[in-house]
Amino acid sequence: MSDPILSVQNLCVYFELSGDGWFGSKKTLHAVEGVSFDLAKGETLGIVGESGCGKSTLARAVLGLVPITSGAVNFAGRDLAKLSANKLREQRRHLQIIFQDPLSSLDPRMNVGQIIAEPLRSYFPKMNQQERQVKVVEMMRHVGLLPEHINRYPHEFSGGQAQRIGIARALILQPEVVVCDEPVSALDVSIKAQIVNLLADLQAQFGVSMLFIAHDLASVRHVSRRVMVLYLGKVMELAPWDEIYRAPRHPYTQALIQAIPPADPRRARANPAKPLGGELPSPINPPSGCVFRTRCPHTIERCAQEVPVLRPVGGSFVACHLAEQIARPEGFQ
Amino acid sequence: MSSTNVKMEETPGPVNLSDAPPGRSLWQDAFARLLHKRMAVASGILLGVIVLAAVVVPWISPYNYFTPEWALLDTPPTLHGGHIFGTDDLGRDLLVRVMWGCRVSLMTGAVASVVSIVIGVLWGAAAGFVGGRVDSFMMRIVDVLYSVPFIPFVIVLVVMFGRNLFLLFVAIGAVSWLDIARIVRGQTLSLRNKEFIEAARASGVRGPTIVVRHLIPNLLGIVIIYATLTVPSVILFEAFLSFLGLGVQAPMTSLGVLVSDGASDLQSYPYQLIIPAIFLALIVYCLNYLGDGLRDVLDPKAR
Amino acid sequence: MPGELLLEAKKLSVEFATDEGVVRAVSEVDLELFAGETLAIVGESGSGKSQMLLSILGLVAGNASVTGSARFKGEELVSAAEHRLNEIRGSEIGVVFQDPMTSLNPYLTIGLQLTEPLRLHKGATRKDAAEQAIEMLKSVHISEPERRMDQYPHQLSGGMRQRVAIAMGLICRPQILIADEPTTALDVTVQAQVLSLLREIRERFGTAIILVTHDLGVIAELAERVNVMYAGKIVERGSVDDIFYRCRHPYTEALERSIPQFTEIRPARLDAISGNPPNPVHLPSGCAFHPRCPYRLDVCDQSVPVLESVGPAHAKACFYEGPLLTVTESRA
Repeated sequence: MSDPILSVQNLCVYFELSGDGWFGSKKTLHAVEGVSFDLAKGETLGIVGESGCGKSTLARAVLGLVPITSGAVNFAGRDLAKLSANKLREQRRHLQIIFQDPLSSLDPRMNVGQIIAEPLRSYFPKMNQQERQVKVVEMMRHVGLLPEHINRYPHEFSGGQAQRIGIARALILQPEVVVCDEPVSALDVSIKAQIVNLLADLQAQFGVSMLFIAHDLASVRHVSRRVMVLYLGKVMELAPWDEIYRAPRHPYTQALIQAIPPADPRRARANPAKPLGGELPSPINPPSGCVFRTRCPHTIERCAQEVPVLRPVGGSFVACHLAEQIARPEGFQ
Repeated sequence: MSSTNVKMEETPGPVNLSDAPPGRSLWQDAFARLLHKRMAVASGILLGVIVLAAVVVPWISPYNYFTPEWALLDTPPTLHGGHIFGTDDLGRDLLVRVMWGCRVSLMTGAVASVVSIVIGVLWGAAAGFVGGRVDSFMMRIVDVLYSVPFIPFVIVLVVMFGRNLFLLFVAIGAVSWLDIARIVRGQTLSLRNKEFIEAARASGVRGPTIVVRHLIPNLLGIVIIYATLTVPSVILFEAFLSFLGLGVQAPMTSLGVLVSDGASDLQSYPYQLIIPAIFLALIVYCLNYLGDGLRDVLDPKAR
Repeated sequence: MPGELLLEAKKLSVEFATDEGVVRAVSEVDLELFAGETLAIVGESGSGKSQMLLSILGLVAGNASVTGSARFKGEELVSAAEHRLNEIRGSEIGVVFQDPMTSLNPYLTIGLQLTEPLRLHKGATRKDAAEQAIEMLKSVHISEPERRMDQYPHQLSGGMRQRVAIAMGLICRPQILIADEPTTALDVTVQAQVLSLLREIRERFGTAIILVTHDLGVIAELAERVNVMYAGKIVERGSVDDIFYRCRHPYTEALERSIPQFTEIRPARLDAISGNPPNPVHLPSGCAFHPRCPYRLDVCDQSVPVLESVGPAHAKACFYEGPLLTVTESRA
């Protein structure tokens, strides 16, 4: 990719947990393990994975909200992982985040105007109240909130509208990168589509690059051209959406797809959602070699001994020793 | 209510937001709910009446609290004849003395509570927010102070500095802040992990500003609840100290002193104990009911 | 061929008295459930679907008033005494809630929670109850069931906890299992496990299932009949094929179109439903959906439509008679 706006290299985030009792050895939780990807300007990269895959931790690590154990986060020529707290704070105005649950990510004691204006107060201290208000109102209009509601409090809004407040807050500084951490998961079904459309519109209008995190593939379809599939902190597959759809090459990606129940009774009767056997291993004690091998239908000996490297296979990047051999499963369309 | 599609063509003219309707903050919400709680409202009103009486009565009464009236020692309460509550063993009007007693008790309650709350909140919020070893250290200090026996401590202070009202405030405040510090630290720990704090960091807000702008307003709820419960316990404590003779100097009085004096002659003049005791009990009950009501409406979990 | 009529609700309504006025969470709902069948209730927040279930079980909040009738095998539940409801709940009607972390008691072992209904309702001895519990854990495909009996909920994964919750719902072999959003909080692969399990349960025990959810994929997998609820009323009902291929209510259509699907074609925008879900305190006049309806007619804000038949066992509550825009060929 020519000149990506964000380039993450071998990012690892480990958490130290206290050991058992007085003498137990300290345990380490491998939340993110060697994740690398590039984000082009104006692009949306979908990051998909289930609970425990580390996607939320990854999102926060990119922004420096959780400490990075090793690896690099290159943005605008600087490695964010190596910056001091002050310098990092300066860069933060270019990288913003939209949280999953609007009601817990908005301070319940502040009104809409104050919430949206807060980033302005941090980075434009010379702006006075009037100027800030003008910008806030403008942003409210962009996200579809009525300016008259500027004095209202978060709990007076419905879920979808509250999420719009979060979006306004994230965009008011016109950042270059916005991380969306499952922005529609907590919303009602009929509202999800509205917010997804809004994000797509705003991206086009403001030219932001986005990391769109979701827990299933269907959710990212509309916003992202490329998708990264995570499992237990590692990248399993990174590919353009069309490739993932037509030719998913990693067994986990295939399992994710097969588990989706189609909203179509005839197809469901013919081909019900197929569960993935086994349980998610503990991130404190991940399996050796390929972390997916404990649930993979194609495991061979090599999978336990050698960690598969993310490598190009066909139109995708896949971390699997058997990527070339694994054909798309039967009956999948 | 809100438009769904982003309308790019809207002319962004200046908006007159002075008529934008005010939102209903959580405080207003809570206050409205509080008004529905009859016991809390009744307690609030009764407390207000007592405070008003404590302020007004000594002003307008022809009697004061310190001049003995040798002709009228220990007269029982009468409805006509001036001394509505009777007189004490030095012929002083008991009504005025009880009102002064209320003043002192309420003032002590208020001031000592404010002192303890300010110290407790700052200590607890700092410990909770910074976390780690600083937190451990600060809370160990609290633990150590908890184990200091309070009465001997106050006795030592009184012996060193003599008896005065100010000292009393300080002494009581110096001990009561411990509870609040613990509560506030706990609440800060749970708030610290809330997403809106993370969001504030992501918006570039610096640490101390986060504490002031985000943490403290969200802590106020629990602080108010504990304040209304601290005040009665401070008042009772002051009464206890005064009962032991360690409180205010005569002729100044407090409800505790009055109770103590009244108790010494319970057989002959029961009213001298009963009346101040009733006032003390009423104040404490009202504060407790108010505190309960506030806790019900302000408790974030009850929402 | 429908079996015995197990549950019949007529004009079931649930109202709450609140500071802001009377809230009608459920408005004159009629419902039928036959033995062995799976009935789905689709709705979003504010549709009243959960309140309706709770009212059948007698579990609504203190300030709610329930009117109408809900009969279980002919026996009236709405006015039933608390002790009779206690007998029915758990033993003849089992329930599975959405979030296993809050529906399972974090302080009790799995074993205790599983055996409790058996000992209570069936008078089983501790030993018998434990054996049955282990059998049930095996039926829900929980590995090492003996070991799990002594574990606590937080020691299990989310999927396992939900399976334990299902096991608890089924332990007394009830005739009806009510599942309130059983897979909403779960990952998609775990959801597939739970769906497959529910299908198996259905086959093995012949339990009738009332499935409350907003997930159309789940409905397509499991349901035989579907009721669509909006603002406390049923706006469309029919067989699962009717609802997916021949839907007649604008809300149902809008719901189907707005959900992101895993398909090849990628339209530029999702078909969003405009507006917001209704506020139960201030419902719109006439048809509650009319402010958001693309087929709105003048009559829609004046009168409330009632359910009218549009096919065998298919009914809708809507004044608009014309065709809906959904092209059903794309699904065939």
